[in-house]
Amino acid sequence: MKIGIVCPYSWDVPGGVQFHIRDLADHLIGLGHDVSVLAPADDDTPLPPYVVSAGRAVPVPYNGSVARLNFGFLSAARVRRWLHDGTFDVIHIHEPASPSLGLLACWAAQGPIVATFHTSNPRSRAMIAAYPILQPALEKISARIAVSEYARRTLVEHLGGDAVVIPNGVDVDFFAKAEPRVEWQGGTVGFIGRIDEPRKGLPVLMKALPQILAERPGTRLLVAGRGDEEEAVETLPEELRSRVEFLGMVSDEDKARLLRSVDLYVAPNTGGESFGIILVEAMSAGAPVLAADLDAFAQVLDQGAAGELFANEDADALAASAVRLLGDAERRAELRVRGSAHVRRFDWSTVGADILSVYETVTDGAAAVAADESDEPGGLLARFGLARD
Amino acid sequence: MTSTLIWIVVALVAIGLYLSWTAGRLDRLHSRIDAARAALDAQLLRRASVAQELATSGVLDPAASIVLYEAAHAARQAEEDNREVAESDLSQALRAVFGEAQQVEAVQAVPGGEAAARELAQAVRRVPMARRFHNDAVRAARALRRHRKVRWFRLAGHAPFPLAFEMDDEAPVALADRPGT
Repeated sequence: MKIGIVCPYSWDVPGGVQFHIRDLADHLIGLGHDVSVLAPADDDTPLPPYVVSAGRAVPVPYNGSVARLNFGFLSAARVRRWLHDGTFDVIHIHEPASPSLGLLACWAAQGPIVATFHTSNPRSRAMIAAYPILQPALEKISARIAVSEYARRTLVEHLGGDAVVIPNGVDVDFFAKAEPRVEWQGGTVGFIGRIDEPRKGLPVLMKALPQILAERPGTRLLVAGRGDEEEAVETLPEELRSRVEFLGMVSDEDKARLLRSVDLYVAPNTGGESFGIILVEAMSAGAPVLAADLDAFAQVLDQGAAGELFANEDADALAASAVRLLGDAERRAELRVRGSAHVRRFDWSTVGADILSVYETVTDGAAAVAADESDEPGGLLARFGLARD
Repeated sequence: MTSTLIWIVVALVAIGLYLSWTAGRLDRLHSRIDAARAALDAQLLRRASVAQELATSGVLDPAASIVLYEAAHAARQAEEDNREVAESDLSQALRAVFGEAQQVEAVQAVPGGEAAARELAQAVRRVPMARRFHNDAVRAARALRRHRKVRWFRLAGHAPFPLAFEMDDEAPVALADRPGT
């Protein structure tokens, strides 16, 4: 099958959606499919052979932060050329509602289009204003995928219609077979995520840490992620700061080894999550998980059966649960077993098969993807029977 | 005078282009529904065929075979009017027969059973997908067709008002080991 995938965010910047697309493309190529990914990228970035650059993304303020997006005449032309040259059986657009390549591709293509909605943003004003413009583009999508039940609900509320839920994929064995590191073992608590992004919840964990250390003085907190380390420990009493170790940005291998080594993985995120891939990775590595009770997290953790939940933003509840879990090896072992079993459904073998099912369902009885000519002058003439050929 | 006339002509052309574009949009939605309906038909037929094959293969006990054969046969022969009911009955029969993991394991144990069980699992997974995509297309077309401009200018032509396909498509527990659908 010839599959075209559209990535809305810059390939140079690491991010959840980009990793998902990379892994999906690798998985599909491994199954013998012909895959091409269209992504924004600087011209001098080294790209994998299956990625086609759509030009450089422009940083613009959007949705409360600065996003790097692609739009304008040149990008639209590149999208059109990619669609024309690719002769795909199906195209898979990620984040079609964000003002970037996804929307452009949706606008420019016709034929079987599959779209995955990753984020579950609250409805923004821009979305309401753009609705009449968005709708004609979005109604070309033949199949919608939401990454979680929560994302599906927001999608239904904001745009109407329906979607199937297919979770993000994880290479479970990569995490399950990683080698633990001795220096990261022994009463350790792990945290992975941007340090300076409050929504990732490190401040909540920092607030809970003194209580955890009061009960279990031997505990160490290992923090992996980008951000200002000084600022992160500011709220912590001087004598406790040595119990926090910053590992900086870690490679995929080290991330897996870290998750294999820790006694407890804590996800104190306060919001803005639609899936929670890190929880799946932690469970794959066999780390017991303690997470905030966000809708998305509760679903990934099977409503608390595969990992424990605490009341969101409640540092006392976090501390109490962490202390209890760190002191109860039996419960941790139970969570390890349950998590490892639960996580199989997020493995690429399952997720990839589901995504392929969607491709095959929409290509059944439909023509291949082509550039949509109906908005071109030639197309209009044809509609009035005036085209020359 | 002439300038007024020109403006009127310009406005009429603009309205004409807009209506033509809307008609194109509607046309695209109708063909999307047709494709989605064809896909749904294909998946329903596939599911009924695999169910019938299993029912006649002798792998299942006689009672289960009869129940499954009856439902699969009815689903394949159903007229358009009671197709939704017949397909829902087949879903129920499948849930009754493959309610337990042991039954699936028993099917997998016989020669060729592995493939049959896989096909059935795939079919019961794909029917809800295809149905959801179909109903999503129907909803989009209905929303546009209810709009004033479409009704006043009869842009939908003679195309029948699209109807959603409503049925019970819950998969048997033993065949669906995944969260959500």
